Amino acid sequence: MRKKNSLCALGVVISIVISFALSACVRKGSESSEEKLNIIGAGASFPAPLITAMADEYRTLTDKRITVNYQSIGSGGGIRQFVEQTIMFGMSEAFLDDEVLALIEESTGGRAFNMPVTLADVVPTYNIPGVGKGVVFNSEVLTNLFLGKITNWDDPAIAELNPGINFRSMPVTIVHRSDGSGTTNIWTSYLSSVSQEWKTTVGSGTSVKWPLGVGGSGNEGVAGAVMNSPGAIGYNSLSYAILNDMPYGSVINSSGNIIEPSFEATTEAANIELPADTRVLFTNTPAAYGYPIAGFTWIMVHENLDKNNAIKSRSEAIEVVRFLVWAITQGQELSELLGYARLPQTAVEKNIAMIAEIKWEGEKIGQQVLDEFQLGRDNEIANGDTAVASVE
Amino acid sequence: MDIKHIPKKPLPAIYSWLGDRIFLTVIIVLGLSIILMTAGLALVTIVDGWEAIKEFGFIGFITGKVWDPGVNRTFGALPFLFGTAVTSVGSLALAFLPAVAIAVFISEYAAPWLGKMIDNMVNLIAAVPSVVIGIWGIFVFAPWMRETVYLPIYNWAIENNPSLLPILGNPIGYGMVSATIILALMIIPFITALTKDAIDQVPVEQREAAYALGATHWEVIRMAVIPYARGGILAGSILAFGRAIGETMAVAMLIGNKNTLPFSIFGPAATMPSVIINEFREAVNSLHLSSLMAIGLVLFIISLLVNLLAAYITKKLAIGGGKTA
Repeated sequence: MRKKNSLCALGVVISIVISFALSACVRKGSESSEEKLNIIGAGASFPAPLITAMADEYRTLTDKRITVNYQSIGSGGGIRQFVEQTIMFGMSEAFLDDEVLALIEESTGGRAFNMPVTLADVVPTYNIPGVGKGVVFNSEVLTNLFLGKITNWDDPAIAELNPGINFRSMPVTIVHRSDGSGTTNIWTSYLSSVSQEWKTTVGSGTSVKWPLGVGGSGNEGVAGAVMNSPGAIGYNSLSYAILNDMPYGSVINSSGNIIEPSFEATTEAANIELPADTRVLFTNTPAAYGYPIAGFTWIMVHENLDKNNAIKSRSEAIEVVRFLVWAITQGQELSELLGYARLPQTAVEKNIAMIAEIKWEGEKIGQQVLDEFQLGRDNEIANGDTAVASVE
Repeated sequence: MDIKHIPKKPLPAIYSWLGDRIFLTVIIVLGLSIILMTAGLALVTIVDGWEAIKEFGFIGFITGKVWDPGVNRTFGALPFLFGTAVTSVGSLALAFLPAVAIAVFISEYAAPWLGKMIDNMVNLIAAVPSVVIGIWGIFVFAPWMRETVYLPIYNWAIENNPSLLPILGNPIGYGMVSATIILALMIIPFITALTKDAIDQVPVEQREAAYALGATHWEVIRMAVIPYARGGILAGSILAFGRAIGETMAVAMLIGNKNTLPFSIFGPAATMPSVIINEFREAVNSLHLSSLMAIGLVLFIISLLVNLLAAYITKKLAIGGGKTA
């Protein structure tokens, strides 16, 4: 009896081993002559739907050769993993600060580039019974609401901006994000740039010490709290507010124009003079018709790709750069469909200037990929196999 | 002829010699690995939280009132300690009597079919995922509490006693009271299960002796059953307390997440697990991250103390153990 059992077990083990060996052989045989590559990135959860869609599209374009694998672990996680070189590119709604840049300069001998890849916009969402979309706010009103100085919706400051709306007396409930978030970063940086008091008492960042209010977790938490509480005001991303049919307000920008939040207004907001490294928060934008509460979402990539432990070979580095160039040019076509605002031309130009500086062991592969794109622009990436042969 | 006793061929001696030793080794490794993993957990939280503890001092960190990741970068855990203490003690106080009552009903009064059904239902509450209870709380319970309990009291206070308003706080529905009630609901199964087991283990002689002395059913329970079972009841309560301290998702969804003292009765608050789960992902600044780890360490220490206390009390109070009369 025991002999039978042990023979059975032996047989099972042998068959498993054989099937593994066979499957490995089969897989190897069906692979094309070019290597498949996983481009690994991680970071903010806000742009995750866009990057995932881009990854899908790019995979089809490259005949399933290149798969971009993006993990949405949060901006903080993205920055950490980027510094520790476990990922090829990171994404964050906060640009790398000087400390981190100095660290990377030390460890890789080159800079880290922050390249905007999409825009994030934040709108004030509210729940006032009987009042629909389009309540006008200005910077003083928003600051005073969130500082707790305006406590009732029938306050004259609000009525002044909205002559056509009759506000009943209703106490204001502030709703904010309880989790660290790039949306909070943009909202608080706007309030910091329009109010000195906010800047010194609360400050800006992904998590701040809110003077008052209820915290909800994630866009969903804030939306849920706002929708369930009459008299509440909170902040959400524009696409979230649209998708969930929430009433959101318009904001008067620094030029005095009432801007209704939209993707075009967000793109317009970024259409300003940008510094060469694009590390700027353009909340309270000087653009005349730009929506004032918006910001970039950046991709972070090393200048010296050979020093990034996650990138193992020159061909991998070239593929990463190719994806970057595609994402900031043709990939932007996916934006509106998914609820994102596309990059303005100024940002694309700055990105191209930065990509041109990307090097592999001193060689400017960034410039090579850009030339490829300039040349092969009508051919699209699918025909890039010839480009691969020429670059390799 | 006795067919049952056909002797089997004896095993070669090596099987019993080797088999026993291998078994022993495996068992010891598994047991030790649990201890090592717990020690490793403690070690990692201490090492990662060291930066914050060094910066603020252990006592300074625990009594620090301000949690400011934005402008000042000072971190103090007092708001969260307070929130955890109030919600856990509150939920235990709310849940204790109903849970013991349910257990007594199941074992003493109910017909067997009813008792079993109630027992299964109560265990089902424990099986519901915390997140599901949280969602139910956000969309059903909190608005209901707001309409039926908070707003009437708040409106009464506006008219009759406005000085109470700051203590009552903003009746938005997400706050300490909602979270405490939901926590109480979640820990009832733990108290009930252990209490029921303890009651079932009371020997029949104790009950019969009480009946023989002329006690009614209730008096038997009061005199003979519950005192005998108090070790188990207390163990159940303290286990439930430990669970309430560490409960994360449902509380984070319902407590409103306000990281600054003072808390008000109806207004939002925060607990230690809720702040960790909210801020951990996006914490870029290393002091921020280290402070969150330090809060984790404090939570770990508190749970350890609660469990040690439970073991001590159970031993002391159990009939036949400890030096009790």
